[in-house]
Amino acid sequence: MANLTINGKTFTLDVEPDTPLLWAIRENAGLTGTKYGCGIAQCGACTVHIDGVATRSCGISVSEAEGKRITTIEGLAAGGTLHKVQEAWIAQDVPQCGYCQSGMIMAVAALLNEKPKPTDADIDEAITNICRCGTFQQVREAIHTIASA
Amino acid sequence: MNKHVSPRMNRRAFVIGSATLGAGLAIGLDIPFGGPAVVRAADGSPEINAWVVVRPDDTVVIRIARSEMGQGSLTGLAQLVAEELECDWTKVTTEYPTPGQSVARKRAWGDFSTGGSRGIRSSQDYVRKGGATARVMLIQAAADGWKVPASECTAANSVITHTPSGKTTTYGRVAEAAAKLTPPADVKLKDPKDWRLIGKGVKRLDTADKTTGTMIYGIDVKLPGMLNAAIKDCPVFGGTVKSFDEAKITDMKGVKKVVKVGDTAVAVVADTWWHAKTALEALPIVWNEGDNAKVSSESIAKWLTEGLDNEQPAYVGNKNGDAKAAIAGAARKIEAVYNYPYQNHATMEPMNATALYTADKCEVWCGTQNGEAAFAAVLEASGLPAEKCDVHKVMPGGGFGRRGMTDYVRQAVAIAKQMPGTPIKLLWSREEDMAHGRYHPITQCKMTGAFDANDNLVALHYRLSGQSILFSLRPEALQNGMDPAAFQGFAQSGEAAFGYSVPNLLIEHAMRNPHVPPGFWRGVNVNHNAIYMECFMDELAHAAGQDPLEFRRKLMGNHPKHLAVLNAVAEKIGWSQPAPQGVYRGIAQVMGYGSYVAGAAEISVTDGSKIKVHRIVASTDPGYVVNPAQVERQIAGSFVYGLSALFYGGCTVKDGRIEQTNFDTYNSMRINEMPKVEAVMVPSGGFWGGVGEPTIGVAAPAVLNAYFAATGKRIRSVPLRDQNITFA
Repeated sequence: MANLTINGKTFTLDVEPDTPLLWAIRENAGLTGTKYGCGIAQCGACTVHIDGVATRSCGISVSEAEGKRITTIEGLAAGGTLHKVQEAWIAQDVPQCGYCQSGMIMAVAALLNEKPKPTDADIDEAITNICRCGTFQQVREAIHTIASA
Repeated sequence: MNKHVSPRMNRRAFVIGSATLGAGLAIGLDIPFGGPAVVRAADGSPEINAWVVVRPDDTVVIRIARSEMGQGSLTGLAQLVAEELECDWTKVTTEYPTPGQSVARKRAWGDFSTGGSRGIRSSQDYVRKGGATARVMLIQAAADGWKVPASECTAANSVITHTPSGKTTTYGRVAEAAAKLTPPADVKLKDPKDWRLIGKGVKRLDTADKTTGTMIYGIDVKLPGMLNAAIKDCPVFGGTVKSFDEAKITDMKGVKKVVKVGDTAVAVVADTWWHAKTALEALPIVWNEGDNAKVSSESIAKWLTEGLDNEQPAYVGNKNGDAKAAIAGAARKIEAVYNYPYQNHATMEPMNATALYTADKCEVWCGTQNGEAAFAAVLEASGLPAEKCDVHKVMPGGGFGRRGMTDYVRQAVAIAKQMPGTPIKLLWSREEDMAHGRYHPITQCKMTGAFDANDNLVALHYRLSGQSILFSLRPEALQNGMDPAAFQGFAQSGEAAFGYSVPNLLIEHAMRNPHVPPGFWRGVNVNHNAIYMECFMDELAHAAGQDPLEFRRKLMGNHPKHLAVLNAVAEKIGWSQPAPQGVYRGIAQVMGYGSYVAGAAEISVTDGSKIKVHRIVASTDPGYVVNPAQVERQIAGSFVYGLSALFYGGCTVKDGRIEQTNFDTYNSMRINEMPKVEAVMVPSGGFWGGVGEPTIGVAAPAVLNAYFAATGKRIRSVPLRDQNITFA
């Protein structure tokens, strides 16, 4: 059993402590917005915030995440209002298939928390998610749009 | 019907909706007294025809048979229908008919297959007619109600106006009456100059749910009582399962059942997928690997090289004059050998499908590029007749050709069949996905060009050696053994025509089919053919001491559309002006999927091995552009996919199996490596070409040609990582 705090809510889950956080979120907490892409912390599709830091949830265990503040894509909008990154993603029509975008949005939200006006170099360094559809151009433009708002 | 556009659709609603789909066709027949049958959508709203349902609140539901997988066809197809329907675009929503519904209605929605960049181009005619027919019926219904001639009425934005009296009504108010009318036998489609929605970069209809985590992909499907399966297929293609020791894992947490899947695979079914995968990894499996275990990349390469070099006749795909004689008698000849490796689609979402099998019904929920092919797979794997099967399409996390295959659907059904009444979600690990792709085919190409004494190109001979996709997947499409698709971009005419005129030309294919299963991989044979054609064209230009653009232009006089896109990129990148200091340019063109495309790249190279791509310009002439914003994204995405394959891709074979296992060994470009793509659209009208694939053909050769301009070194082998060349 593990107690996880996800999106401000406590989940008591029947899960082994070495289970990757990703699978506890998806299968035990039932929040499927966080995606599985590689399982080896390469692609970033499973990115969540842990205590505000963008983290690949396939790469850390449930026991490491206990007691920490976990935010998934489902918890990004506050009180029914979309996060500015989500709003920008809709306004700029960023997603293609969309599968990587939960992780992409979480990575961008964390970047903007740290650097509200990131340069291209900041984006290059912080956003390392794979997108096979190739939405990078729209991702970059949307980040700059948010930063200049 | 699976709804796409429902911002308020939460997961719970999806589960309930999916479960009710199990009740059969969500379409009923309502036969009023004396009138024709009205077909109703699941919510009771009348169908005007198979493509258009109008709700009382004026919402227009447009049915889409082709699959959305990110490429934007869902929105584009809706634009085509709405253009003719003259409905209020802000009230348009879409839904997928299921293949089972289509079959039950004599294929009312036509072809479901979504590959070959044909989503729009192969259905534009009948979906526009669907919209036009519905408009005529709605107007007629309003006119009947007013007892005026329909010719006095017009429609715009879902409002019908009787022009002489100024009376108005809406589509929603007359839909019931319209649905009872006999459809007109023939309708006239709008002249393209009158289009107001086609050609506009309207926003996609499926974006909102993709930003909140609520879009349901195959991996997210949940059904009551569902269990999860992980699978391992024999890593050597063609091998089988010899034995497995299930006693070793039956006590592991969550494990419910261990099942053999066909002759080649074993699956573990558990409460969660993580438990299934963990147990599967602990399961001892012995394989009959067979002779294919002796095959390696080296043995394949040797076999292909033999196909290049031998004098045996090969399939001839394009020919004029006598290339061999002209080469033999030429003043000078240039020769080069290129190769292109296997590639995995590596969709972000690994293959998966959820199946529910009972004695009298089998249903599958999955992302697929071809609902009807998936449906046929369900019939075959379940052994049940069509009326007892169906497929419910959900959003695929990428397709790129991989999800036109149905192997994962068959597996899910085979597992579910061994656990009747229990829904089974089969999910491949990334490792399984890398090990069991349907790979971009492997080829080599030897090219010879011959010049006369004045450096005019007098002969060109390409000899391809390598794998045929059709031989493996659609043998019925071979022509006397020849795979016509192997000549994509090289054909004499048609949708993938060669854009150069050379007095003596011979393009032939020595077919060699290794055991690695090939598949349609975004761009398909255009990928390697465009590299061969355009890099060698660059070599010829260099040998002739001519500018690569000018050299091409001289050969393209009879190919004005090919030339127009090439000229468009040349102009946009400023070919006639010098590139910035330290920056070098490459250019390429090809035709594929009915569209003409060209690309130009500006790069710099450090230490001969670190490439920085500064600028990409790409032009396309697809005849008509339905949604320029989405076409622009397809062009940019093609470069990301094509350059990822060029720099990082390549699947190698050792002991009969694929060596790459995940994104650490099969990497993909990141945002820092990708410049902005400047798209130039030059639609010349009069034809409908595809946009999802053709551009990928020019991505690699534009960069490779720029690399030569920068370094004087030719790269004739993909991927670049094998040559220790990477992004700066």
